[in-house]
Amino acid sequence: MIPTTYYLALSAILFSIGVIGVLVRRNAIVIFMSIELMLNSANLAFVAFAREFGTLDGQLMVFFVMTVAAAEVAVGLALIVAIFRSKASIDVDAVNLLKG
Amino acid sequence: MLEILPLILVFPLAGMLLNAVFSRWMDETWIAIFACGASGTAFVIAILQAIALSGNHFHVETVLIADWITIGNLHLPWQMRVDTLSLTMMMLVTGVGTLIHIYAVGYMRGDPRFARFFIYLNLFITMMLVLVAADNYLMLFVGWEGVGLCSYLLIGFWYDKGDNGVGNARAGRKAFVVNRVGDMGFLIAMFLMFGAVGSLNFDDVLYFFEHNGVEVAGLATVVTLLLLVGAVGKSAQIPLFVWLPDAMAGPTPVSALIHAATMVTAGIYIIARSAPIFALAPVSQTTVALVGASTAFMAGTIAVTQWDIKRVLAYSTISQLGFMVAAVGLGGYVAGMFHLITHAFFKALLFLAAGSVIHGVEHGGHHTHDHCDAQDMRNMGGLRHRMRITFWVYLVGAVSLAGVFPFSGFWSKDEILADAWNVGVVQGHWHGVAVYVLLVLAAILTAFYMTRQIVMVFFGEPRSSAAEQAIENPPVMTTPLIVLAVLSVVGGALNLPGWHTLGHWLEHTHHFFHGLDFNLGVALGSTVFALLSIWIGTLVYYRRPLENATAPDQLEGVLGPVFRFLYCKWHVDELYSKTIMALYEWKARFLAFQVDWYFWHDFVHEQLIASAFRGVTVVLSGPVDKGVINPFFDGMAQLVRTFATRVLRPLQTGYVRNYALGVMLGVIIVLGMIFVNEGM
Repeated sequence: MIPTTYYLALSAILFSIGVIGVLVRRNAIVIFMSIELMLNSANLAFVAFAREFGTLDGQLMVFFVMTVAAAEVAVGLALIVAIFRSKASIDVDAVNLLKG
Repeated sequence: MLEILPLILVFPLAGMLLNAVFSRWMDETWIAIFACGASGTAFVIAILQAIALSGNHFHVETVLIADWITIGNLHLPWQMRVDTLSLTMMMLVTGVGTLIHIYAVGYMRGDPRFARFFIYLNLFITMMLVLVAADNYLMLFVGWEGVGLCSYLLIGFWYDKGDNGVGNARAGRKAFVVNRVGDMGFLIAMFLMFGAVGSLNFDDVLYFFEHNGVEVAGLATVVTLLLLVGAVGKSAQIPLFVWLPDAMAGPTPVSALIHAATMVTAGIYIIARSAPIFALAPVSQTTVALVGASTAFMAGTIAVTQWDIKRVLAYSTISQLGFMVAAVGLGGYVAGMFHLITHAFFKALLFLAAGSVIHGVEHGGHHTHDHCDAQDMRNMGGLRHRMRITFWVYLVGAVSLAGVFPFSGFWSKDEILADAWNVGVVQGHWHGVAVYVLLVLAAILTAFYMTRQIVMVFFGEPRSSAAEQAIENPPVMTTPLIVLAVLSVVGGALNLPGWHTLGHWLEHTHHFFHGLDFNLGVALGSTVFALLSIWIGTLVYYRRPLENATAPDQLEGVLGPVFRFLYCKWHVDELYSKTIMALYEWKARFLAFQVDWYFWHDFVHEQLIASAFRGVTVVLSGPVDKGVINPFFDGMAQLVRTFATRVLRPLQTGYVRNYALGVMLGVIIVLGMIFVNEGM
């Protein structure tokens, strides 16, 4: 059986990739995908722990995360459409009205 | 029965308060009923007290009303004293007071300040009763000042009249200020008594002096001389008599009540009350007697020359007060009190009758539009036909004052002269002789100036159209006059030789008080002098009456400069204004300009304090405030602004990823802290 550590290491790698993606990319769609990557790396960690401890709590939490992610996608894509309509771009650096 | 004594104060006080509060909703009739009723009830209570006291075998009673001052050993209650002396004064004050109240209803009719007049009058009755009913010197002093206040208020009652519209107000102020000089003496006397005795209660103080006798003779002399200063102020004796003639600016009922019958006799009352102290101080007694006798003579000479009908009576009052003071100074307390009572009757009568004359002449003046001075006797004459009742009562008052047998003035004045004769000739004291001579001269002058006044006012032909049209006054004014006239006739019965009713009555208060046997020689002498004086008076004034209102006095041609000197009242007012007043004004000016303005204001305040203050403020506002404090806070603000623009502003890039990086760093820090705290 593959040790739980491996799953957690993969989860950490995926999460870090997601974080770096959010921080360095400018395309809103890509940032969005990176966020999905982070959520799913967390899901992987939940499932790995659930298997390790033999409980269903982690499995259950994954479904919550998926639900939240689905809702987030709906809101996030709507935001991106709205940004595109006003700026004719989905570059997040174009949205910098809060600059001091 | 004696417990109802406090009511004697309650009723006049209630009358005053009722009128003070409700007078605006009442007409003159109700105001008058309240005022006269208050005074009359007090009189009834005084009579009841007299009956109760005689039923009580004249045992002196005190009635405690309330505690007043209790500090350590000092215990001063509001306590009233019932003895024959205080009751005599109470009956006199309320009795004569009530008659004058009734008269004043007619006299003051139509005056816009009618209610205020009766409020003051009732307050006066209250205060005078506090004075005579007091059981200690301090409560007496409260009444003493209270009547002084009423006197001031009532002299200036028509405060918008008089010379330049301020004459009456100035007269009131003069009376008040002159009285303060006397009060100072009274106050110091009280301090000395308290210092020596530790109490101001009459019984304690008098017992102390009687008990210690000659050991405290020095203190007694000082205290009595100071009490004399107080009495001199209140009773208008030399040298403080100058306020009383000016006090005639008040309405005539006030002159009768306060400045003839009651308040001015407070000085005689205080001397009689302090008789045991005076008995220890022969020097003071001599001084009192000589002051009284000189005043009697001096005021008599001035009265001969005055034109104003009330001023003649005012100087006559001073003269008669001099008789009383001389009497108590000679130890003739009964004679002094006797003359005080009879004088209250006939002088109140004379003043009220003079008021009736003035009222009548004023009325005539309104009728004929002749607005001459209704108080100047030169504008009168022939009034005996037009004012019959006033004429007859005036005549009764005048012969009583002149001391004609058997009117009341004869008996009381004669007893004073008998006292002086006794001290001077029988006991051989020089001051007794001096007092006797001065008083006989004063008595001669009295008869003379009263003759002059009667002739000028009532005989001859009218010298103005106002006098031609003068009319008699209504019964509300003449009835009290008739009552007082009857009292003036029969008042002598109070202390007839042989019976000495008043003497025995007063003996119960102090054993010093005893009457003197009738001295036929003195009585005959004074009667002859009085009649002679009246005869000369008629020779001078009746045989050759004044021709018109501007003619000089018949005596002026004979006496010349002496007459004018007397007419100007011995220039005493001028003397005071040139010496005391000038000194006082110089001092006031010196204090006001040199001390207050130039020294305190210009130098100390302006130059020292204000300039020092300015210097300090210049330093504070310039170098300190502008130089240090202001830049410090400016710098603080600058610092904050610099920090915000240089450090905080660049952080706000507006890029989402920068904020996300912040969030991530925050998460890492929080997680790191949890690891550090929990995990290790």
